[in-house]
Parts: sequence; structure tokens; C-alpha cells
Amino acid sequence: MKLIKYKWVSLLILWVVIVAVWQSAASIYGSEIIPGPIETWKGAVELLSDGSLIYYIGISFYRVFVGWGLGSLLAIPIGLIIGRVTVIRVFAEPFLNFIRFIPPIAFITLFLVWFGIGEQSKIALIMYATLFIVIMNTLTGVLAVEEDKIRAARSLGASEWQIMRHVVIPATIPYIFTGVRLAMGTSYMAIVGAEMIAANEGLGFLIWNSRLFFRTDWIFVGLISLGLIGFLTDRLVGWFGRKVLYRYGVISSQPLKR
Amino acid sequence: MSVPKSVDSNAIRIESLNKSYAAPKKGELHYIIQDVNLTIKGGEFFVLLGPSGCGKSTLLNMIAGFVAKTSGQLQVGSVEINKPGQDRAVVFQQADSSLFPWLNVRENVEFGMKMKKISKPERVKISDQYIKLVGLTGHENKFPRELSGGMKQRVQLARVLANDSAILLMDEPFGALDAMTRRTMQKELSAIWRQTNKTIIFVTHDIQEALLLGQRIGVMSPGPSSQITHIYDVPLTYPRDIASDEFHALDRTIQSHFD
Repeated sequence: MKLIKYKWVSLLILWVVIVAVWQSAASIYGSEIIPGPIETWKGAVELLSDGSLIYYIGISFYRVFVGWGLGSLLAIPIGLIIGRVTVIRVFAEPFLNFIRFIPPIAFITLFLVWFGIGEQSKIALIMYATLFIVIMNTLTGVLAVEEDKIRAARSLGASEWQIMRHVVIPATIPYIFTGVRLAMGTSYMAIVGAEMIAANEGLGFLIWNSRLFFRTDWIFVGLISLGLIGFLTDRLVGWFGRKVLYRYGVISSQPLKR
Repeated sequence: MSVPKSVDSNAIRIESLNKSYAAPKKGELHYIIQDVNLTIKGGEFFVLLGPSGCGKSTLLNMIAGFVAKTSGQLQVGSVEINKPGQDRAVVFQQADSSLFPWLNVRENVEFGMKMKKISKPERVKISDQYIKLVGLTGHENKFPRELSGGMKQRVQLARVLANDSAILLMDEPFGALDAMTRRTMQKELSAIWRQTNKTIIFVTHDIQEALLLGQRIGVMSPGPSSQITHIYDVPLTYPRDIASDEFHALDRTIQSHFD
């Protein structure tokens, strides 16, 4: 049992067990109810051969990336201002705590009416999904900046703007980063919802549309694709945090040496 | 080393200074400090000594301009203090909360100069000088999390010295250090003060620390409504000998106020 000490060996065993459980479930319930690994693979090959899977992944990723990016760019300065200006915070906080409980999906119809059937409505929805998480995290970060740091900067001669730029923002970066990373998750949830209801392409559309043909294997392909691109983008964001934002104390899910 | 232009412009004058807040019961005022009178000469090392919770940190924060006074006079030179200023630099008790963890030692020391838009070569020249003075040469590129408690306080000290403030306000800066490091830091601070001619107001609750460092020691009464009840001139020469009879005699005299 010495082999189990190696990480790749235990990972391999884990995956073999998962696939075995999956396959036996498929054999028990039938491949219409639970498509097994082989059926799912065949379905994936089918979707890959006409290019539709790659296209759907691309379009979903594009919507998430643009909406999430724009939403974060908008949310960070808003969060900083709300955190720093007490007068604005008094008015903004109840409003934020009201609206952040309305899930993005609930807005789909309204966003279609407001922004049209095209890309804008989906991107606006992702922006909405991103906005409040990032604002709340940024705001919390600003409020958590130690008084001593601001006092130190002030007595070293920093102006209010310099305090914002050189103390508040760097001290808030770990919070902003966490917000942005969490928002990535909710963005995928929102886009699948939006694509199920109002789109002719994308992974959400694929999953929803497959029901018409009773192609549960395609649904499995869609689900696995979602998990994979979510996993990969999160790894990418985490890597960016570790490499670029290391000095700001950003911690991401890297195994710690304890 | 920067020598203050005029000694008197660094003098601190405090007259009938009060800090109070409204008590939960209507119409009553609670005084944190009441009727404090004190004059500190430019270039002096003054120690504020008192038990925990006596309001010595509040007094220091008022001199720093962080906390507003309720009434009375509080002046540097002849200018009334109403906000933080570059003439008064602060060394905080907790280095972890006051240093900037995203900046390395050199960048922390250069912070004030960067805010004043002093050129990079000039900043490096000055920061080199003070990093050397506090004994951190070779650690310039380390981040605060990589330093020990004593080293972090050295960074704080270099940071305020490099900012060229005439007055240093120190709030129990060695309180969180182990006993051995504390002794070393006390000796070095005393030596740095003698080299730089800064006015230092040093808050502590440690009588021996007060006697090792201060030219004068102001003893504060326990709060609330705390006052400076006694001021001692310490006639001992620097560096001070903690084992000498005179030191012990003064230690006992001051201790009697807290028994």
C-alpha cells in the first residue's frame, strides 16, 4: 500500500471509483434515466463533431466573462465609495440589503423587456448577478481597514485621495478578490437560467433543448462542460490572485504547507 | 540628521485640557481627562506614565490630532492642534495594524516621502539612512509578515524618522515585545533620540521603561477624570544604569503613587 502515498495514485483510484459508481447506476436505472460514461462520451463526440459544443461553451463563457468583467469594474468603485462615505452608506446599505436577496433569474423577463432579446439582456443579467456580491465584499473590506493604518497615513502627510489610493484600496484587495471570485459562480448560475428561457445557443440552451429529444446524455455533456469551464476559470482567477496579488495577502485554495 | 530649525516651534503647550463624553444619564459629563496642564520643551524626551485605562493614550491621540478635545488649549509652537499633521509623527503600539503589509520594509519607510512626491533617488537615499539607523540594513525587501515584533517596531520608527517630523508620539511601542527585545529597543531608541534631537512623548505603564528613557516623567492618576499629578525630573545621565542606587530610589518613589 505504499503506492497510495503518491497523490496521483489516490486521485486515479478516486476517479475509477466515481466512474464505476456512475456506470453501475446507469446499468441499474437504464441509460435513458442515467446515461453512463460511455453514452455520455458518445453524446459528447456527436456534439463536438458538428462544432456545436465548442460554440455553446464559447458563447456561454463570453457572456459570463463580459458581464462579470463589466459588473466587477462597476461594482468595485461603488463599493469603495459606499464604504468610505458615511452619508452615502446610510442610504445605500438598506437598499443593497433589500435588492441582493432578489435572485438574477427573477429579473429575466424584465431584462428581456428592457434590454431586448439579444446579448445585452444576458450580459446585463450577469452584471446584476455580479454587482451586489462584489459591492458587498468591497464595502466590507473598506470597513475592515484598521483605523491605525489610516491614522498612520494621515499623520505621514497623505491626503484623503492618497489614503484611498495607497491605503484603503490595497487593504481591501483580498475582499474584492473574494467577491469577484464568488461572483464568477453566481454568474454561471444566472447564465444557465437565462439561456434556458431566452436563448438559441449556449450551454443552458443545450441542457434545456435536449429534453425535447429526450437526450439525457446531451444534458450530462452540458452539465459536465459547465463544471469544467467553471473549474478552469476559477483556477485561472485563483492563479492570478496568487501570482499578481500576492503582496496584498490574497489567499486562494492552494494546499497550505502546515 | 535633521536638526529642528527652531527649538521653540517644537514645544508643546497644554492648558486646562479636558476630554469628556456625555454620560448615558442625561446632563452628566464623564471626563476621561480633566484639567491637564503640561509644557514640553522642543527636543525633550517626555514620558507619560500611568495605569491602564487612565487616558494617557487618549491624551496622546489628542496631541496627534486623531481625537478632538472638549475644551482647553493644545498647541504645538503657537499653533492650535485640530488635525493630524506632519510635524507630529506617531509610532503605534501595534505594528501589525499600522504598518502596510503590502509594502516591503523600504516601501513602508518611504511612504510619507512618496506622498510628498519626493523623487525616487532622494527617497532611497533617506530611507537607506534611517533603515541603517534602526539596524534593518539587509532587510529592505522583506515584508512585515516576515519580520519579528521588534523588527516591525524598528520599521515603524524608521518610517516616522524618514518623514522628518520634529515630534514623535509613541504609544507603548514596546508593550507587545518580549522582555529582552524591549531592553534592546529602549537602549536604541534612547541613542537615536540623542542623535536626532526629536521631541518625544512616550506613553507607558512601565516605571523602569519610563526611568530608562525620559528626561521628565509625568505621572497620571487613574481614570476617570485623570490628571497629571506629579512631574519628575530624572537627573540621571544617559545611558542609564538600571542597577544603580539612584535608579532604584526613583523607581520606589514613583511606585508609591500606584500602591
